[in-house]
Amino acid sequence: MSKILYGYTALFDSPDGIMAAAQKTADDGFTKFDVHTPYPVHGMDKAMKVKPSKLGFVTLFFGLLGGALAMLFMYWTMAVDYPMVIGGKPLFPLPAFGPVTFEVIVLAATLSTVAAMIALFFYLPQNNHPLHDTDYMKNVSSDKYGLCIEAGDPLFDEKKVKTFLDAAGGKNITPIYNPDPVKYPLLQPRFLSVLLVVALSVSGLTYFTLNKLMYMPPFDWMSEQEKLTPQRTYRLFEDGYGMRMPVQGTVARGFMPYPYRDQPVLEEEGLANPLLATEEVLTLGKNKYNTFCSPCHGDHGDGDSRLRGYFPNPPSLHTPRAREWSDGQIYHVLTVGQNVMASYEPYTTREERWAIVHYIRALQRAKNASDADIQLVRSDNNAR
Amino acid sequence: MNAVDYTKEPPVVEGRPALADIDEMVARPLDERPTKKFYIALSITLTMLLIGAVSLGYTLFYGIGMWGNNQPVGWGFDIINFVFWVGIGHAGTLISAILFLLRQKWRTGIARFAEAMTIFAVMTAGLFPLIHTGRVWLAGYLFPYPNQHHLWVNFTSPLVWDVFAVSTYLTVSFVFWYVGLIPDFATLRDRTKSTVKKVIYSVCSLGWRHSARHWQHYEKAYMLLAGFATPLVLSVHTIVSFDFAVSIIPGWHTTIFPPYFVAGAIFSGFAMVVKILIFVRKVFDLEDIITINHFEKMNKIILVTGLMVGYAYAMEFFIAWYSGVNAELFVFINRALGPYAWSYWIMVSCNVVFPQLFWFKKIRRSIPAMFVIALLVNVGMWFERFVIIVTSLHRDFLPSSWGMYIPTLTDFGILIGSFGLFFTLLLLFTKTLPVVSISEVKAVVDGSQPSRHGGETHE
Ligand code: HEC
Repeated sequence: MSKILYGYTALFDSPDGIMAAAQKTADDGFTKFDVHTPYPVHGMDKAMKVKPSKLGFVTLFFGLLGGALAMLFMYWTMAVDYPMVIGGKPLFPLPAFGPVTFEVIVLAATLSTVAAMIALFFYLPQNNHPLHDTDYMKNVSSDKYGLCIEAGDPLFDEKKVKTFLDAAGGKNITPIYNPDPVKYPLLQPRFLSVLLVVALSVSGLTYFTLNKLMYMPPFDWMSEQEKLTPQRTYRLFEDGYGMRMPVQGTVARGFMPYPYRDQPVLEEEGLANPLLATEEVLTLGKNKYNTFCSPCHGDHGDGDSRLRGYFPNPPSLHTPRAREWSDGQIYHVLTVGQNVMASYEPYTTREERWAIVHYIRALQRAKNASDADIQLVRSDNNAR
Repeated sequence: MNAVDYTKEPPVVEGRPALADIDEMVARPLDERPTKKFYIALSITLTMLLIGAVSLGYTLFYGIGMWGNNQPVGWGFDIINFVFWVGIGHAGTLISAILFLLRQKWRTGIARFAEAMTIFAVMTAGLFPLIHTGRVWLAGYLFPYPNQHHLWVNFTSPLVWDVFAVSTYLTVSFVFWYVGLIPDFATLRDRTKSTVKKVIYSVCSLGWRHSARHWQHYEKAYMLLAGFATPLVLSVHTIVSFDFAVSIIPGWHTTIFPPYFVAGAIFSGFAMVVKILIFVRKVFDLEDIITINHFEKMNKIILVTGLMVGYAYAMEFFIAWYSGVNAELFVFINRALGPYAWSYWIMVSCNVVFPQLFWFKKIRRSIPAMFVIALLVNVGMWFERFVIIVTSLHRDFLPSSWGMYIPTLTDFGILIGSFGLFFTLLLLFTKTLPVVSISEVKAVVDGSQPSRHGGETHE
């Protein structure tokens, strides 16, 4: 297989020599050529007739973008997502956002500049370029100045270029050939096994750190403290329980105990709803119902919830039984529970429970609407 | 008056070495096996590092109760060391970025080393804010990330500004340093004979080809980076000083802090560079590249920044009196005459008095003298942070809550460990990477630039 020519190279000894040669190459109309010097030689860009670098635009763009995003992000976190007044400052304290904005501008600008320079302007990393591992590269890397005219240039002609380089004062004029193309199939077993090992060790290590290590001392010393918490034993008490019951018969201030704890509520006994069914109360009831009851009883009390099948099926709240119950009887179920349904006393206040009762009533009336109800809604809608 | 030609700079590189000799000079330490001296030095620094690691281990296991910090002195060695090390780092960026923008060619010989020092110093410094939180493994919360608690960091707090400043500073310094290293990696790649090294250098050089079309963008990028690093370095110590100045503690709540801290940082950083370079140039035979002229220039900067720091000390007293605030005035009198007066006077003598010797040219150019003075400056600057933090905290507004601060052995262990870490990294650096920028030095050797563009006098 014959090799494909990449270009011709020549070496020069002095900066003056390479300047003159570069100038001449550019003047003769070559465009695909390059000069290689161990350090930047001043004025070379003019001699080679290359345009000024546009790298600055990348810096400008990403610097401004970074600053704007930082500002916006700080505004969003501190004024929108979790508004919090700190030290009496406004929610958007411009001076206090200055330092972080500045740092982000610098970070975004430098990282983008360097990344753009390496990847977009240089097309690096590239370790298989034809010039690598040649004597030419070894020389220009150290103390010589090189000129390379590429075969892709429209004016390229092997003989002419050789004489041209010679006339320009170049030494060691050598052709450079493209390296044979190499194939690197991605499915090589070696590559795959390396990938596998990396994947396994990274995920294993992550699992270990987050699920095991963080629960060992000293990492758990924040959660495992020597203080008394619920469910913890405590030697000081005879029975060893850390959690204590209040003294028998204790009544919290302003809180009358629920009198029907151990007995059914009868309609006549007058446990009436103390709240009026105002819009506010109904909204509260709806929220609480959706939070606490809908997982079992369904959004509209039909008992068709997403938990159906995982739990003793809750009954519909639209059965005649539930509809004929007094408010007090429903309230009783919420307060002390009924068979498998637990009490909701610990999670809701009295007002909330009464509000839920109102809401259930509303659901019941809506599901079993009479003609008069429908008429009412219609006229209401028309009035709007 | 003897006639000195001030219009002409002394040559940056002495003796006009051939370009290939520069490769040889810089790369030799990388090719040779480490000497016995290197191993001795390394074992010393590693021992120090080990002491630090053990102390740190104690701290992490038993908590920061192992330290001397208490009420009212909530900040002790942890923050003193942090500010100290960040300050050390600043000289590196100053040399590499600010002097670059000011077209000070003499920086080329020392820039690479100073940048490395910056990175290692900032790494060391960065440890302290992390460990002073007590539970290092939760440090992720320092950054604003969407978490289960729906909480964000407080962007109006100087401590958060600090997180951004120091991490940006470390990243940018590293990128700046790496960009400078790319051409040198390429040169090393092309001259090494070992295959392993060749692979490493090839990867690190990214396949750099010394192409003039690339150099053009490269120089532009270098200038842009220097342009950003300059305000960055000023901002970092400014923000570090905000950690204090934004609070209301007497002795901290002053507007002079930012410039005063920046000057102090450069002051201590240059002292560190001077000390380390004295060894580096001797051990690696770099006397031609790092010349006595370099040292003289650095000593002048030490003198200037030392005067600035001295001015700040005086001004603090003046403002304390002028403000008419009793608490403020008391803190400063307490600094100079109170229980910690010894630390105050160590600080003043090391930072203000001894550097005055640099007015004499003989001393500026004498290696032993400058070594001693630089050492004193570093001691003094460490004590400056001690004075600022401890004396301000131990007696503030309410006499009933005054206290004293006595550091523990663990505190000292961690301090020793921080030096161990810094010097270990530096030692490893001298043996693995070129300590002088090969391509930059070549560019400033006499006769390396074309004569039409001014040759040796051109910049
Ligand atoms: C964990 C699922 C679950 C949740 C949550 C739940 N319930 Fe029940 N509920 C049940 C089950 C199951 C029954 C039937 C209990 C029985 O066997 O008598 C029931 C019964 C009832 C009854 C009696 C109906 C009847 O006809 O006997 C009412 C009223 C009731 N729930 C209201 C509520 C309200 C109001 C809430 C919200 C505070 C609520 N439930 C939350 C499961 C649930």
